[in-house]
Amino acid sequence: MEEKTAMTYKLKSKTKIIDDEYIINKKENKKIPEKIIEAILFGCAAISVLSVAVITIFIFYRGVPAIIEIGLFDFILEKTWRPLNGEFGILAMIIASIIGSFGAIAIGGLIGIFTSVFLAEIAPKFLLVIFKPAIELLAGIPSVVYGFFALVVIVPIIDDLFGGGGNSLLAVIIVLAVMILPTIINISEVSIKAVPREYKEGSLALGASHIETIFKVILPAAKSGILASVVLGFGRAVGETMAVILVCGNTVQIPNSIFDRVRTMTANIALEMSYAHGLHQEALFATGVILFTFIMLINLALNLIVRRVGEV
Amino acid sequence: MTDETIEKSAKKNISNRKLKDRIVLGFIWFCSFITIASLIWLIAYIVYKGFPELSLDYIFNNNSGKKLQIFSTIFGSNNEQKGIFQFILNTIYIVILSITISAPIGISAAVYLIEYSKPGPVVNVIRFTTETLAGIPSIIYGLFGFIVFVTMLHMKFSVMAGSLTLSIMVLPTIIRATEEALKCVPDSFREGSLALGATKLITIVKLILPSAIPGIITAVILSIGRIVGETAAVYFTAGYGLNAVDGVFDSARTLSVHLFYMAKEGLSIEQSYATGSVLLVIIIVINFTTNIISKKFTKKYT
Repeated sequence: MEEKTAMTYKLKSKTKIIDDEYIINKKENKKIPEKIIEAILFGCAAISVLSVAVITIFIFYRGVPAIIEIGLFDFILEKTWRPLNGEFGILAMIIASIIGSFGAIAIGGLIGIFTSVFLAEIAPKFLLVIFKPAIELLAGIPSVVYGFFALVVIVPIIDDLFGGGGNSLLAVIIVLAVMILPTIINISEVSIKAVPREYKEGSLALGASHIETIFKVILPAAKSGILASVVLGFGRAVGETMAVILVCGNTVQIPNSIFDRVRTMTANIALEMSYAHGLHQEALFATGVILFTFIMLINLALNLIVRRVGEV
Repeated sequence: MTDETIEKSAKKNISNRKLKDRIVLGFIWFCSFITIASLIWLIAYIVYKGFPELSLDYIFNNNSGKKLQIFSTIFGSNNEQKGIFQFILNTIYIVILSITISAPIGISAAVYLIEYSKPGPVVNVIRFTTETLAGIPSIIYGLFGFIVFVTMLHMKFSVMAGSLTLSIMVLPTIIRATEEALKCVPDSFREGSLALGATKLITIVKLILPSAIPGIITAVILSIGRIVGETAAVYFTAGYGLNAVDGVFDSARTLSVHLFYMAKEGLSIEQSYATGSVLLVIIIVINFTTNIISKKFTKKYT
């Protein structure tokens, strides 16, 4: 009797082992399609890496030959752009792009940061309900609509007030300032809201007023995020094309005043691409290379700022 | 100093501080007012000027000048430039093709990043490049599309070249918004499903993706908005052919490109207003829809 139970026990344990093996095998089999799917998903995620690589390679591949032929310094330090005479200097456009973007940052940054303070700290609830969707909408409006609005409204106003036709650096600055507002407001607001409550409470407890607390405690604590928003806004402004073309006047010259007509790098590419060929076309690709390098540097700076924010 | 003078100077100090606060507060209100005013001004002006120009004729006429008679006349080809119906069709065409390419890729990428990836250099590189893609200006996308799709792959100015370019452009938008949606799905869902013996794949397909659907729809609608509004990248890849397209290798002018073209060449200010207001209405509807969906979605899980 005892022997028998021992036998069955042995048998049972053996079948159990077989069962376990079977289950493990089944699991392994089940895992194979999962692995394949995971690999496919990874492939999709890797497409953004691939895209950045391919974009970089092709922009440089088509642009660098012209830079070599013209000479890097002749290209970025000469101010005359006469494609028909073989003169390709984009200094005036680089300057126009930079001044235009800095002007936009000066105005849009100020208004945007103050608006974000308003949204995060001051606005009553019923206004927030209006402001939030409005700023989302501001971000969603196509750049060409901004450009068109500036063309039919801002440009005539500038013409009335200051003369000179109205197509000017000032018009570029105004339209870019409005366009970068949502970028600056959204990111600044998030970073202001991320400041710990205790900072504010401590400052208020020490007798500072709400406004003093905002400017002496909260904004300094949120400064990395605000800086990031400004850098991002700058990148947007440098890269903006269609809105700028419609209002900048498109004359290649180094502006003496903000009422001068200018042409930015982006406008240069978009304006002449449709009919350019040969070295002229390559010079436009080369303008793209310079623009792309600009944007990459800005992105890099942004990444450094954001990383520092992460550490703090 | 006597007590009195101290008290006086303290009072003066306080009133000074109060004055300063008032001025700064006023400036803050002023800046926020400018932000809202510029939006209202822009929309009101274009819609006010554009709506009188709009008529069903204008919207539903194609270039042949004849009224739309079902679909037989959609593909008319006369350059009278009377209606914008074919540009609306072109826009829809490009939107559908771009989304068909980019949505599966973007959603899969987001699923990988949220559900599968482990922190490490590979994921960092993917995230960094996604950020970079989002930062590249549309004109660079346009140049890239022109170089690669239009000239090197001989697609010419075509819907295909435009859609391929745009689908790369909206990839970061889709990835980010889908990631947010997936993050919103509570971990208890995953744990529960795994504990019941479902594999990871089944958990994702049957549980996580369905719960994240509203967020994913938001992601898609957001990118539709970007595609509809995009000009620079489409201008150099899909071109500005006047007619409604017959196939994916035809050149197609979208609404935005049409507005740009009209405004740039000064062809017709009335038509520009009309096209602009149609564009604005589309964008406003898109924004409104995303808002409603995402509100419902966040309510569900918080």
